[in-house]
Amino acid sequence: MNLLILRLLAGRIALALVSLLVVSAVVFSITAVLPGDAAEAQLGQEATAESLAALREQMGLNVPAPVRYWQWLSGLLTGQPGMSIVSGTPVADMIASRLPNSLLLAGVTAAISVPLALALGIGSAMWRGSWFDRMASSGAVAVVSVPEFLVATLAVLIFAVQLRWLPALSSASSIDSVGQMLRVFAMPVLTLCCVTVAQMMRMTRAAVVDQLKAPYIEMVQLKGASPTRMVLAHALPNAIGPIANAVALSLSYLLGGVIIVESIFHYPGIASLMVDGVAQRDMPLVQTCAMLFCAVYLLLVTLADLCSIVANPRLRHR
Amino acid sequence: MNGHSKLQDMVGPQDSVELLGALQRGATRRDLLAMLAGGGMQLTLAAGVAGTALSAHAQTPRRGGRIRVAGATAGISDTLDPAKMANQTDYSRGNMLYNGLTALDGSLTPQPALAESFTTKDARTWVFKLRKGVAFHDGKALRPADVVFSLLRHKDAATASKAKALADQIDSVKASGDNEVTVTLVQPNADLPVILGTFNFLIVKEGTTDFSTGIGTGPFKLKEFKPGVRSIVVRNDAYWKPGQPYLDEIEFVGISDEGARVNALLSGDLDLVAAVNPRSVERVRTTPGYAIFSTQSGQYSDLIMRKDMGPGANPDFALAMKYLFDRELMRKSIALGHAVVANDHPIDPTNRFFFAGLPKRPHDPEKAKFHLAKAKVGSARIPVVTSPAATYSVEMALVLQQSAQRIGLNLDVKRMPADGYWSNHWLNSPVGFGNVNPRPSADTLLTQFFKSDANWNGSRWKNDTFDQLLLAARAETDPAKRKQMYADMQVLIHQEAGVGIPMFLASIDGHTTKLKGLRPIPLGGLMGYAFAENVWLEA
Repeated sequence: MNLLILRLLAGRIALALVSLLVVSAVVFSITAVLPGDAAEAQLGQEATAESLAALREQMGLNVPAPVRYWQWLSGLLTGQPGMSIVSGTPVADMIASRLPNSLLLAGVTAAISVPLALALGIGSAMWRGSWFDRMASSGAVAVVSVPEFLVATLAVLIFAVQLRWLPALSSASSIDSVGQMLRVFAMPVLTLCCVTVAQMMRMTRAAVVDQLKAPYIEMVQLKGASPTRMVLAHALPNAIGPIANAVALSLSYLLGGVIIVESIFHYPGIASLMVDGVAQRDMPLVQTCAMLFCAVYLLLVTLADLCSIVANPRLRHR
Repeated sequence: MNGHSKLQDMVGPQDSVELLGALQRGATRRDLLAMLAGGGMQLTLAAGVAGTALSAHAQTPRRGGRIRVAGATAGISDTLDPAKMANQTDYSRGNMLYNGLTALDGSLTPQPALAESFTTKDARTWVFKLRKGVAFHDGKALRPADVVFSLLRHKDAATASKAKALADQIDSVKASGDNEVTVTLVQPNADLPVILGTFNFLIVKEGTTDFSTGIGTGPFKLKEFKPGVRSIVVRNDAYWKPGQPYLDEIEFVGISDEGARVNALLSGDLDLVAAVNPRSVERVRTTPGYAIFSTQSGQYSDLIMRKDMGPGANPDFALAMKYLFDRELMRKSIALGHAVVANDHPIDPTNRFFFAGLPKRPHDPEKAKFHLAKAKVGSARIPVVTSPAATYSVEMALVLQQSAQRIGLNLDVKRMPADGYWSNHWLNSPVGFGNVNPRPSADTLLTQFFKSDANWNGSRWKNDTFDQLLLAARAETDPAKRKQMYADMQVLIHQEAGVGIPMFLASIDGHTTKLKGLRPIPLGGLMGYAFAENVWLEA
């Protein structure tokens, strides 16, 4: 089993490195195709030929694109993702100031949404066809169909503007106590849960229901196992694979895909940093963010695969 | 309604600023009456105005307190380097930390700031006497060398200054005494003190290369600055204006989503927000404890009809379109009243050179039909290019389209995305909309947008008389003569240029009613971005 996991890990890491390289090349060439460069973005209407040339020289934009790509790549390999060409500060510092905020938000959301989604999903599968199943399933569809900006804006209107229970802005740097943290995170986490819970829950339900229809479950019933034991001990381990993958997909979204929540609640996370970088054509920043999102995604998917191997006896003992 | 805005409604922004300024210099009620009567006002009316001015002055500012303010933009390009400041967020921060040699008042007239006085004989050589006893935040005294450095760095292409084109008219800047700087221009410009009162020309310390510390002579000192997130400034106790600033601390954030900004204001998280949509105004106004602060400025969206191609090549077409604008309808239904009707020339009523004597062009479909027939446009579809990038241009084009339909003119409104509009469509389309932000002086505006060889002369209107007038007015130091020249130029643009300007837009801010001291400065919202040292919190 260990050998299998090691082989899988080695293969995954090699593949991950290749994917990262390909992604960085693709991101670089796409941003190079975007109209305008960082110098034009900064000078805007006031651009003159002379100041454009001077600024390009300062930003290092007059170096040919492949050379710039190579400089950035070799820098990254030595742990130095370069300087932001817009603000002149190290990209590593900019990311370091935002990443903890994003991880905190993603962590809190995951800690609430994953157990909730799994419980709802397994419950629906166990009592499928019951009023609980119908409520949970249709509720999930309803919630996932509402766009998150609407959920967020409605939450702000109700809880911040009308009731004044919660702050409308979640500036992460002003948290002093646990109570304050709960107040600050309540609405962003609620919004994100609405998006992620539904997907994970429906995947869980589908996977478990799929297993419950299998012939071996009939055997389990015949031997007299209780319904709870039947689901948790027999069906669930076989369903872990798809569930883990659904969880991994939802979690990877929580890091880079939460731009709407970040902008409505003015939360200083990494998604808005990257969008900013694209708007300002700040190549080193955009690429390093892209690398980060890609790496996290690969990591989560690999973890999900490992989970399914460890949890599934047939894969484990092959 | 507070005293300031009441006073403004009575006498207009220019006079109200003059009156309050006179009061600050110690004028009495009798002096005010003399000022107003001298301006031709009836004595009974003047007495009422003087009374209002006195009560506005009587609102004594209170010291202390902390406010949170949101601008409409935020990004990693947020900067404290005056040369690179590009938007209202940067400008607001700039006015917290730095001062200029001059500062612009409610009629955009330059007032002394770091320069105690500025004098010239020929509008070419200018002598600025520096205020004594002004110190930077690190304790170093302000010296002429700081001014020389701050002005000359814009001329260096390596600075990549936003104001390079403006700074190129400066020939030399020299320290001509212990407390004196002499600026020599390439050509005379009577508006130099106006230009030096704008954001990019704020004064920094000699030799500064790292601007992240924000060391200036301004009313507040920098405590924290995170580009794209927020900044916090605290009171500069050694500030050179006695008694100012009033607040202890200001937290400034940039929130690009208008809904989020207004919600944060109404939930009590913010005390002042910039750029409120006219559609949110009622919501703010009807919530107890909140108010709207509107600044009428020279911002406008214009219909540009190129004179070198397309239907605009015929002057009658441009005239017909100008008569087709239903300006009052646009003001009411598009800007919801937060605008004033314009008269197809770019100088707005808050400007000291606005020519009020020019008859207003009415909405007159019959005249439009007459000119259209002369232009022989026929029933061909005429594309009109619009974009959300040019404020209200889509809505204005639709109103225009409806008026056109009634006289048999077929306008085809093309809606372009905001991204890339300025580089791809603006100035390139035969008939299309543009947008112009408030400019500090009539000269800057006309030079950038209407001079025959201007880069942004959208309609390619070429007129020698206008160009000569523009240069003559720039060099003229007699205000009365200048005013006449600018009036002549406004008439020329009104009649001949291929540009239709239906209305001047207002900037709208929202604030808690506890926040006092806001007065409009028509450079934009947030008091021309200079609110920081002028506002206070009521107890």
